Amino acid sequence: MQMPARTSGGPSIGQAGSTVMDARDVSRALTRIAHEILERNKGAADLLLLGIPTRGVPLARRIAAKIAAVEGFEVSVGSLDVTMYRDDLPLRPARPLEPTDIPAGGIDDRVVVLVDDVLYSGRTIRAAMDAIGDLGRPRAVQLAVLVDRGHRELPIRADFVGKNLPTSPMETVRVHLDEVDGDDAVLIESPAVASGAGGRSERDTR
Amino acid sequence: MKRHLLSAADLDRDDALLVLDTAEEMRQLADRPIKKLPALRGRTVVNLFFEDSTRTRISFEAAAKRLSADVINFSAKGSSVSKGESLKDTALTLEAMGADGVVIRHSGSGAPHRLANSGWIRGCVINAGDGTHEHPTQALLDAFTMRRHLGELDGRRVTIVGDVLHSRVARSNVLLLATLGAQVTLVAPPTLLPVGVETWPCETSYELDGPLPKSDAVMMLRVQQERMNAAFFPTQREYSRRYGLDARRMGTLPGHAIVMHPGPMNRGMEISATVADSARSVIVEQVANGVSVRMAVLYLLLGGSEPALSATGEPAVATASAPESVPA
Repeated sequence: MQMPARTSGGPSIGQAGSTVMDARDVSRALTRIAHEILERNKGAADLLLLGIPTRGVPLARRIAAKIAAVEGFEVSVGSLDVTMYRDDLPLRPARPLEPTDIPAGGIDDRVVVLVDDVLYSGRTIRAAMDAIGDLGRPRAVQLAVLVDRGHRELPIRADFVGKNLPTSPMETVRVHLDEVDGDDAVLIESPAVASGAGGRSERDTR
Repeated sequence: MKRHLLSAADLDRDDALLVLDTAEEMRQLADRPIKKLPALRGRTVVNLFFEDSTRTRISFEAAAKRLSADVINFSAKGSSVSKGESLKDTALTLEAMGADGVVIRHSGSGAPHRLANSGWIRGCVINAGDGTHEHPTQALLDAFTMRRHLGELDGRRVTIVGDVLHSRVARSNVLLLATLGAQVTLVAPPTLLPVGVETWPCETSYELDGPLPKSDAVMMLRVQQERMNAAFFPTQREYSRRYGLDARRMGTLPGHAIVMHPGPMNRGMEISATVADSARSVIVEQVANGVSVRMAVLYLLLGGSEPALSATGEPAVATASAPESVPA
């Protein structure tokens, strides 16, 4: 069985890569994104946050919690696995699917905010938009990412960005989240380290 | 090399759980407005059916189509097989047409193995039932159905009743359920238990009333009259009285237990109509789950550049029975 390459976490990475966001930076960025989403959509009515597994899902939950704290009511959160919509599906070994969980009521006529950790080539987001098209017809689709590292290969941009991070394509950006990795941080690794450690390369690095 | 699904024994525990988890995701598709995924776009799946089938063929066809594969249906009736074409020549024809996956049902035990390992075709081979040997996707859908009702199968007790001798479903189920940690008891008259059953990873019993109160799931097998070339039991009436599941026997099952049947049923023979239509019966659900499980198998074998299952399809001739030779 082949599992996607996951970040292993652990102290060795912290030593090798350089930390560009710590836990408080991540929290502040998400707070700002939550407010921007509310501002842009004039409230949270009809809002549906869809996280892209793995790390987009806890991010979506955190943003939803922050929105709920401001607005005083719960915001719908779900997850959307895009594996079967990826354009590189036939080029790599078959990958296990991640959970897709669309809240009751579906996505028709709602404002869907896609949430992911890193925006890179844009191919994941293209796949996500195709997946949404098969699920229904939202009123609008917006994109929130914790890190935008540039190097787009498709005409896609994010509506809400936690941090713009200029990188070289040789570098690897790793996002650690408490729910998945046990700590909150964003790290950049240089090529030598990244090749040794495997890298968070399962999705956008190509 | 390409990999195949020829026997339930090809799947180790991780593989089996991967298929079941993937099927769980595939199952959500049934509730969506557009029941289609693009995962196998541009791939060709051939349903090669040398033996009659309703459920399995339709199920594989639906599964492949929901994954956007192109499906070619081939049944031996009305094809050149009735003119005497061999399995080899049929396979070479399929290869020439560029089949990425071949789903084969054949009356000869071992035919899928032959197809997979003779170098005739490059595609993945999926066994959809070969003779009295194996039917791995049926075992997977049975395990999937049990898992949905009972949770993880470790330590669960499953009783499989009836014509074990002729049942590829029983063979595959015993192998898969043992892999998943369930305890299987086969119940059949001595004449309908195969030689060597004592080497299988299960228990056996000649009477049904003992195991029932401890069973979490009971699976009734069809009495396969068409494969019976001798008198295996005195009368249908006697068989039905001793090994049939009726309302009284169903009453002795624990409250959470489910009743299963791979179909097609002989109502009144191995299962009474009351039981088949009762709330405990998950027989119709098994059919629905079959599509999800076959989607998972097709996706994991054909979805990427190489299969996600570690199964090799190499001479994993199951412990259950040695395939008879199939004329090439």
